[in-house]
Order: sequence, then C-alpha cells, then structure tokens
Amino acid sequence: MTCRRNAPRFLAATLATSLAALAPAFASDAIVDAQGDTVVVAPGHASLQKWLLPETAPSPADNVTTPERVALGKKLFFDPRLSGTGRSSCATCHLPERGWSDGYPKSIRFMGEVMTRASPTLVNTGYNTIQQWDGRSPTLEHQAANGMSATGSMNGGSEKPVTGVANIGRIKGYVDAFERAYPGEPLNVATLAKAISAFERSIVSRNSPFDRWVRGDATALTAEQVRGFRVFIDPAGGNCSVCHAPPNFTDNGFHNLGLMSFGEDNPDVGRFKQRPVALLKGAFKTPTLRDVALSAPYFHDGSARNLREVVDHYVTGGQVRSNLSPNMRPLALGPEDRAALVAFMEALTTPTEVFVYPVLPP
Amino acid sequence: MRPLLALLTLAVVSASAQAADFVVDQKGNQFAPRKLSVKVGDTVEFRNTDTTPHNVFSLSAPKTFDLGAFTKGQSKKVTFDKPGVVEVECAIHPEMKMSVEVKD
Ligand code: HEC
Ligand code: HEC
Ligand SMILES: [Cu+2]
Repeated sequence: MTCRRNAPRFLAATLATSLAALAPAFASDAIVDAQGDTVVVAPGHASLQKWLLPETAPSPADNVTTPERVALGKKLFFDPRLSGTGRSSCATCHLPERGWSDGYPKSIRFMGEVMTRASPTLVNTGYNTIQQWDGRSPTLEHQAANGMSATGSMNGGSEKPVTGVANIGRIKGYVDAFERAYPGEPLNVATLAKAISAFERSIVSRNSPFDRWVRGDATALTAEQVRGFRVFIDPAGGNCSVCHAPPNFTDNGFHNLGLMSFGEDNPDVGRFKQRPVALLKGAFKTPTLRDVALSAPYFHDGSARNLREVVDHYVTGGQVRSNLSPNMRPLALGPEDRAALVAFMEALTTPTEVFVYPVLPP
Repeated sequence: MRPLLALLTLAVVSASAQAADFVVDQKGNQFAPRKLSVKVGDTVEFRNTDTTPHNVFSLSAPKTFDLGAFTKGQSKKVTFDKPGVVEVECAIHPEMKMSVEVKD
C-alpha cells in the first residue's frame, strides 16, 4: 500500500478517536428536549410521536368542515370580486406556489401601498389557536371577516375604501353554493368568513420527510437532517423547540427575537398593542415551520432573505436586546450545526401535488 | 429517630408559616388550578415548573399586576387586597389562563 492510500485510513482512525472523545455527548440517542421530555432520536420512536399532527385541523361547532364548505371557500379565496376594487383576492398575498405567502418582505396592496408586515404562510394555520403576527384574531373566521372589511387587507389603502362583500350575493353560482354549504344561513360577512376559514383549514402539511421519519421511515431523512433535528430540540444546542414546539412547530406564543427593526424609531411593538404587558413590546407570534422552505423571506418584517440568515440571527442571540425574550441567547453552533439546522428545516416540506385552481362562478 | 422527626416537623411548620396561602403551578403550559377562590388579604404564589419561561399578569380592576418573565423553579407572590374576580394570564402563552375569585 502506498502512503497516499493510507492517508484516508489514518484520517478515519483519528476521526474515530476524536469522535470517541466526544462519546459522552453522542453515546446515547436519548436527549432531554426543550419541553423537558426525554426523547430518543431514532426513526419511529414512541417519544417522537408528539410531533405528528392530527389528520385534520379542528373546526368550531358552528363551522364543522365539510367538502362543500371547503370547495366554496376555495373559490372565494381566489376570487377578486370579494374585494371592493375587484382587483385583490386573498391569493394576492397568500399564493399556493409561494408557500401560501407572497415572496415580499412586506405585503403590497392592490394600490401599491406597502403593508407594515410580511404575509405569513397559511400552511397549518388551522391547527393554531391564535391568528396574526400580533394575535389580534382569536379565530380564522375573525381574521377573514376583518380582511374583507373596508379597511382590511383586501381593501383599504385607497381614499374611499369599500368592501366587495355585496358583490358575492349577486352571483348566482355563489348563492347556490352557499345554500348547499350553509343551508338556511344568510349569505353575509359571517358566512363568507366561515367558508373561507373552512378552506384555510384544508391547507395542511403533515407528510414531510420529517413526518415520515417520525412515523418510522428511516430513509426519509439524511444524517445531516437528523443532526439538525437534534440541534433543533436540544436546549443546549439550538433550543428552537422551546418556542417552535410540537406538534405544529409553534407554542402559539409571543416572543421578542431582538430583530434589527425593533431598534428603529417607533418600532412595530407587535403583541404589546393587544396586551400592554412590558415583555410583549416587540413580541410576535411563533410561526409554524412546516413548509417553511417555501415561504422566504422570513420574520414579520421580512428581514431574513433565507433560512441561513434566520439561523445566523439566532446564533447572534438577537441584535436589539432591549426587550429580548428570556429564551434568546447566543448559540454555540459551528458551521456544521448551522447547516444541519437549515437542512432539517428543508425536510419539513410536504411534497406538493400540482395545485388545482378553482373554477369561479360566472 | 424521634428527635429527627420532631426536627423535621418543626422545619415543615416554620416553612409553611412563611409560605403563601395558595400555590398556583405553571406546568405543561397550563395553570393548575385554573380556578381559585381566596379571601381578601390572601397571598398566592405562582410557581413555574416548566422548562420554558412563563409570565403572569392581570389587567383586572381588583388587582393589576405583571410578574415579568420567570424561569423553571422560580416563583413570585401576589397578595389580593380587593374583592372581585381577577383574570390571570401568561402574556407569552395566551392559552394559559386562570381566574382568582377574591372574596370579602
Ligand atoms: C394585501 C395583502 C393581503 C391580502 C389581500 C390578504 N392578506 Fe392575509 N395577511 C396579510 C398580512 C400582511 C398578514 C399579517 C398581518 C398581521 O399579522 O398584522 C396576513 C395575515 C393573515 C392570516 C393570519 C395567519 C397567521 O398565521 O397568523 C390569515 C389567516 C390570513 N391573512 C388570511 C387571509 C384571507 C382569508 C384573505 C382574504 C380574505 C387575506 N388574508 C388577504 C396580507 C394579505
Ligand atoms: C424565543 C422563542 C423562539 C426560539 C427560541 C426560536 N424561535 Fe424561531 N421564531 C420565533 C418567533 C416569535 C418568530 C417570529 C418572530 C418575528 O417575526 O418577529 C420566529 C420565526 C422563525 C422563522 C421564520 C418563519 C417565518 O415564516 O417567517 C424561522 C425559520 C425560525 N423561527 C426558526 C428557528 C430556529 C431554527 C430556531 C433555533 C435556532 C428558532 N427559530 C428558535 C420564536 C422562536
Ligand atoms: Cu406561559
């Protein structure tokens, strides 16, 4: 054997020895996660099942999800006649091909006016218990009704904002569809909001490589992605799951991450406007991370262009620390752990079938 | 055995003499109990046994307070000095809610 061929072997041997030195940390696959639960990082392990979402998102008693309601809501979601100008639909800012967000750092209304925040993804939003970056909507129905109002995201911005709600009642196809979906209920803002919400509850991602790995498919994740998951849940690593908690990668809670924009004059105070409690100044809702690779840019202010920049932000422990969440601190993560975190988040995307746009009634 | 037992009893008694009248736990992102009935002047100790920090606040008229953020193992006390119903929440996790009924 030549020296050259021996070199890799020598390297491998050294690597093995140095890995052995790290043994205490890696010896067992068990880890106490950010929830304080002992979990075993192995495909299909019982302790990981808490990450799986139920098959369908829960729906309220007065708007139980039915296929008719979802189909009707899907039409309305894509119909610009729902807006006062007839030029904006919900999908203007929540596009299926952009991870149900819009690809802009901050959303842009039909008149070109830039909104103050980024469009959040709608993926799995039906599983969450509070809506909007600042939680001002307790339910999807509440959010949809607000969005359709004259000053809501569908309208507003113009000099004389009007709502397009009345348009819908004049379209026979909708009147009939409402009669089937909500027999005996009037066609008004409340029922429009119900139908749209039923559709939103059907925007579900629960079959990502990570989900398949949790169900027991050992080949679903790469070794790097498994490493990323470990970093994600390890309180001494990324400590991500303390906020991006199972099953939907959110605690439905509010945190100030010390983003640069909080240091500006008159910053967006987020949740504080809804609940004037000191620690909520600059706090925003923890978003889900399923399908997150599809919805760049990131954060409520669109300040991170990609997932690598998100991770870099967390590694710094937050830039503006005047009201930082107690869960934020500089992270001792090397380049490999950071790359692994990104790789893990990329494994949270459910492979999509081609999205079929609805046919709108004439 | 006997003296030790006596000593232990003493320790327990003196500890409870300083303790609050009631303890509310924060565990699994929930308050336990979720409803509490106390008398004016009673003190309630809010204790965090989760690994994640919690907050306790109320904007109710009989008692407005904000205990800030506190971590696992920490606890903070509130004395309820006026009668009425006090709605208590964790600002970080709005699903965490409880109410304290303060009676005359
Ligand atoms: C002009 C762009 C725009 C339009 C049009 C729009 N949205 Fe949004 N949407 C946003 C922005 C921006 C936010 C975040 C607002 C905030 O949190 O302050 C948002 C938030 C939401 C949320 C909350 C999601 C979460 O995770 O908290 C839902 C649900 C939603 N929109 C549904 C809709 C529906 C339904 C429609 C149509 C009736 C609609 N949107 C129309 C931009 C838009
Ligand atoms: C203190 C709670 C907390 C911790 C810890 C935390 N996050 Fe977040 N995360 C949030 C909140 C809150 C937001 C939204 C903040 C905002 O926009 O102001 C967010 C946003 C994100 C986003 C952007 C999602 C989007 O749709 O814009 C990603 C990606 C993300 N976090 C990943 C991570 C990773 C990876 C870690 C661990 C290194 C982590 N988070 C740790 C609370 C947390
Ligand atoms: Cu809490």
